[in-house]
Amino acid sequence: MADDKGRLRSPLGHARGLGSARSGTRHYIAQRWTALALAPLAIWFVFGLISHLGASYAQAGAWIGNPINAVLILLMLGALFHHAQLGLQVVIEDYVHGHGSKLVLLILVKGLALFFATLAILAVLRISIGGPA
Amino acid sequence: MAEFTLPKNSKVGKGKHWPAPAGATNIRSFKVYRYDPDSGENPRTDTYDVDMDSCGPMVLDALIKIKNEIDTTLTFRRSCREGVCGSCAMNIDGTNTLACTKFNEEVKGEIAIYPLPHQPVVKDLVPDQTHFFAQYRQIEPWIKVDTPPPARERLQSPEEREKLDGLYECILCSCCSTACPSYWWNADRYLGPAVLLQAYRWLADSRDEATGERLDQLEDPFRLYRCHTIMNCTRTCPKGLSPAAAISEIKRMMVARQV
Repeated sequence: MADDKGRLRSPLGHARGLGSARSGTRHYIAQRWTALALAPLAIWFVFGLISHLGASYAQAGAWIGNPINAVLILLMLGALFHHAQLGLQVVIEDYVHGHGSKLVLLILVKGLALFFATLAILAVLRISIGGPA
Repeated sequence: MAEFTLPKNSKVGKGKHWPAPAGATNIRSFKVYRYDPDSGENPRTDTYDVDMDSCGPMVLDALIKIKNEIDTTLTFRRSCREGVCGSCAMNIDGTNTLACTKFNEEVKGEIAIYPLPHQPVVKDLVPDQTHFFAQYRQIEPWIKVDTPPPARERLQSPEEREKLDGLYECILCSCCSTACPSYWWNADRYLGPAVLLQAYRWLADSRDEATGERLDQLEDPFRLYRCHTIMNCTRTCPKGLSPAAAISEIKRMMVARQV
């Protein structure tokens, strides 16, 4: 704890700090499960894109619009943005040590992940369910 | 942010050169980190040319010879000279290891010796390990039981005892922790590989009854989950242990009580 600097706190008191947060395992599990989900989903998605190289707008739209494909793409997007946010959170916690700047960055990363995930999901829904182009 | 450059008063300068005595034919150079807080000067590296014909085979032998015969101001910790006390842990040829079990012959050319990385330096090769041992104290490294003591010893089957192999041998030299980038950036809150291996030593002990309590204390984004399986700990351990494996066992236990 940076707050201890210049004070006469004992080494043990300093080491114990604010105590255990009693969390972190959910983050750890979520990171691995989203990775597990992304491995097949991402490969499937990339193959899907490659197989539509040179296809018309309507053909590509029909592929994404297929209910099963749409659901798989939505799941992939959810896993992707969740996984990216979890990973960036770890990087920020590793390297950013100012409490204020850490908090701002963590909120920013979460917000941006949520924004782009919602944007991408909306795009897929618009193609599959229809709506103004 | 993490600091990627040394602060001004930590920049290492070039120090003195101590030539070998006249007539010596088998000479090796030792480049040794020197720092004296009382002088107010920046750290420097002194180079000692040592006559290997009258020197023992280990790096520690050379350091002792330098201190005895060349420069008595050189300061380092040492005790058992056989790899069980952990006192002479230092960075030799770019790797954290014990000076007493490292052969001079293992290093090609000049032998560079620095204190353990990213620790406050008390003097020369002596790091300040106050926080490291406070963290060790923090995990309460002793058996905790509620069952009243039996008439004889607390029994353990050979299979249960086997689970402590690869753990009880740790001598707490802190080579692994000070080799870990996560520990460099977050030692304040991250316990580091050595202390986590010790924590697992008590989690793995069939006689201990405080497993859940111990896991509660470890379940923290910083105390445990700063480990990103970088593996420097296992690569550098002079006792051939695997702190990384112990840490993944702790993570496995954490998941097992949730899923």
